[in-house]
Amino acid sequence: MWIDFLRRAFMQAIPLLFGSTGEIITEKSGNLNLGIPGVMYAGGIGGVIGAFLYEQNAASINPFLAILIPLLCSLALSLLMGLIYCFLTVTLNANQNVTGLVLTTFGVGIGNFFGGSLVKLVGSDVPSINLNATSNYFRATLPFADKLGWFGQLFLSYSFLAYLAIVIAIVMAVILKKTRVGLHLRAVGENPATADAAGIKVEKYKYLSTCAGSMIAGLGGLYYVMDYANGVWSNDGFGDRGWLAIALVIFAMWKPNFAIAGSILFGGLYIIHNYIPNLDVSGQELFKMVPYVVTILFLIFTSIGKSREAQPPASLGLSYFREER
Amino acid sequence: MAQNEQKVKEPLFHIAKRSSIVWWKAWLIRLAVILVALMISGLVSFLLTKENPLEIYSVIISGAFGTERRIWNLMQNLAMLLCISIAITPAFKMRFWNIGAEGQVLVGGLASALCMILFGDKLSNPLLILVMVITSILAGAIWALIPAIFRARWNTNETLFTLMMNYIAIQLVAFFTYKFSVPKGSGQVGIINRTTKAGWLPVLGNQEYLLNILIVLIVTIGMFVYLKFSKHGYEITVVGESQNTARYIGISVKKVIIRTMLISGALCGIAGLLLVAGTDHTISRDTVAGRGFTAIMVSWLAKFDPIFMILTAFLVAFLDKGAAEVSTQFGLNRSFSDIIMGIIIFFIIGSEFFIQYTVKFRRKEEA
Repeated sequence: MWIDFLRRAFMQAIPLLFGSTGEIITEKSGNLNLGIPGVMYAGGIGGVIGAFLYEQNAASINPFLAILIPLLCSLALSLLMGLIYCFLTVTLNANQNVTGLVLTTFGVGIGNFFGGSLVKLVGSDVPSINLNATSNYFRATLPFADKLGWFGQLFLSYSFLAYLAIVIAIVMAVILKKTRVGLHLRAVGENPATADAAGIKVEKYKYLSTCAGSMIAGLGGLYYVMDYANGVWSNDGFGDRGWLAIALVIFAMWKPNFAIAGSILFGGLYIIHNYIPNLDVSGQELFKMVPYVVTILFLIFTSIGKSREAQPPASLGLSYFREER
Repeated sequence: MAQNEQKVKEPLFHIAKRSSIVWWKAWLIRLAVILVALMISGLVSFLLTKENPLEIYSVIISGAFGTERRIWNLMQNLAMLLCISIAITPAFKMRFWNIGAEGQVLVGGLASALCMILFGDKLSNPLLILVMVITSILAGAIWALIPAIFRARWNTNETLFTLMMNYIAIQLVAFFTYKFSVPKGSGQVGIINRTTKAGWLPVLGNQEYLLNILIVLIVTIGMFVYLKFSKHGYEITVVGESQNTARYIGISVKKVIIRTMLISGALCGIAGLLLVAGTDHTISRDTVAGRGFTAIMVSWLAKFDPIFMILTAFLVAFLDKGAAEVSTQFGLNRSFSDIIMGIIIFFIIGSEFFIQYTVKFRRKEEA
C-alpha cells in the first residue's frame, strides 16, 4: 500500500512540478503570472487537438509522430498564451494580476470549449474524443521496470514526460543559480531599473522567461491528459491543479529543485484522503483542503520569520517602464 | 564642428507618458477598442461556426434582451456581479490585492444556507432572516479579516493568502453539502425549505430579483459616497497611492488595511446572502461561479469608480448572457463565452496603454 501511495503521489506531482517550475522562472523575472492555470489547460487541449487531428487523418499511426505532433501543438498553444501575457504586461505595461486572471478565464475557456466541441467542429462522426492510441505511446515505460520489484515500481515505472519534468526542474535550478543568464534574470526580477542600468535587456529577459515558463507549465497539462487521464479529455477535469502549482512556488521558495520535493509532498496531500481508513465522503472533502492550509501556514511562518531565503523577487507583480525610474 | 557630432540613430518611434488626456478622448479610445474587439470576436465566432457574423451578433443581443425574462435574468446577473465588484473595490483601491472574493462570498452564502437548514423550523421568518444577515456578514468579514491581519502585521503576501482561502471555503462548502445532503449521500442540498420558504428573501412586486437589484443599487451608491466623500475613503486613496505618505501624515496604515478589508468582506458576505437566500435557495461549490474573479476585472476596468462599474459590469454580464445564447443556438460548448470575454477584455486591458501613454514617431530630419 505504501508503494502504491507513493507512486500515485508522484503521478499527481508531475503536473504540479511542470506548473510550478514554469511559474518559478516566470516569477524570477518579476512577472506574477496568475494565468498559469489557464496556460496549463491550453497546453493540455493543444495536445488533444494535435493528437485528435493526427489520429483522424493519418492512415497508420507512426509512434514517433504520435508523440511529436501533440507535443508541438501543446508547446505552441502555451507559447501563444505566454506571448499574450507578455505583450500586455511587458510591452503595454498592463496590470499583471488582472491580465493573469483574464488569461486563466481565457485558457480554461479554450480548454473546455475545444474539449466539448472539437468533434462537432471537425465534423467527425466519432461520439467523443478518445485518444487511447496516442495515450499509449505517451505512457510507454521502460520494458524492464516490472521485473525489478518495488524498486522498479517506485522509480522506473513512469512515462518519459515524468522524467522530463524532473530534468527540466534540475536544469532550471542550475541555470538560475550557476549561469550568467540566470544571474541576469534574477537581477531583472529583483530590480529592473538597476538591471537596465547595467545593460541587461529587461524586456528580452521578461519575454524569454515568461514564454519559456508558459511552455513548461503547458507540458503539465499535456501530461495530465495524455498520461494521467489516459487520453480522455473531461471538461474541468484538470481542476484546481494550476492554482496548487502557484501555491507550490511559495512552498519551494522560488527554487525549482525544492519544487521537486514539494510537488511530491503536495501530490501526496492531494490524494491522502483516499488512504485514510474509515473516512466518510464529507470527511474526505475536509481533507482536500490540507494542501491549501499547509501553504497558508508556510506563508505565515516565512513572513513572520522574515526568512531571507523565502522571499519573492522584489519587483514581483510590478511592471517596469523605463521613463518612470 | 558639425562633423564631430556623433550621429545618434533615433528609433522609429518612442513611447512617452501622457501628462493628461481629455476624458472624451479616453472614452473614444475605449469605445474604438471595444468595437475592434467585437469585430475580432465576430471573426473568431465565424471561423468556428461558419455562421454569418451579423447573425451571431443578433443572437447575442436577443440572448441578452430577447424576452422580459431574459432581461430580468440579465439584470440579476449584472446585480450580483456588480455587488461583488463593489465589495472588492475599496481593498483594490488601497492596492490590497484581494483575489479571495470568491471564498468570501461563498462563506457568506454558506452561513446563510446553514441558518436556513438549522433554524428553518425553529425561528420566525423575520428573525431567521435577521440572523442570516448577521451571520453571513460576519462570515464574509472574518474570511477577509484573516489575511488582512497578517498583511497588516507581518506583511504576508495577500494575493496568495486570499487565493488559498478560496479553496478552503470551497472545501468547507463541499463538506457541509455532504453533511446535509438531500437525499443523503448525494452531495447536494437541493432547494432548502422548498415548502415553507423559511429564510427566503421576500419577493417584491412579483419580481423575483427586484429586491436583490435594489439592495445592490443601494450598496453601489453607498460605496460611491463612502469612497468619494468620507474621511475613510480619503485614507484608502492615500494608502493606495503611497503607504509612506500615509504614515507621514499620520494615517495608521494597519488600521486602514484591517478596516477596509472588514468592509470588503462584509459586502462579500451580503453578496453571498443574496445569492443563496435571494436567488438560488441552495448552496454548492459552484454558487459563486467564478464571479469573485470576474469582479476583479470589472472593478479594475471601471478604474475603481462605483458608478462606471455599473457600465463595466453590464458589459461583462451582457457578453456572458449573449455568448451563452450563441453557444446553445449553434450547438457549441458553454465555454464559448469565456473565450469571447477573454478576447474582449484583453483588448480593453491593452487599450489602457494608449490612454496612459502616447506613441511619438520620429520626425523627418530637416534638410
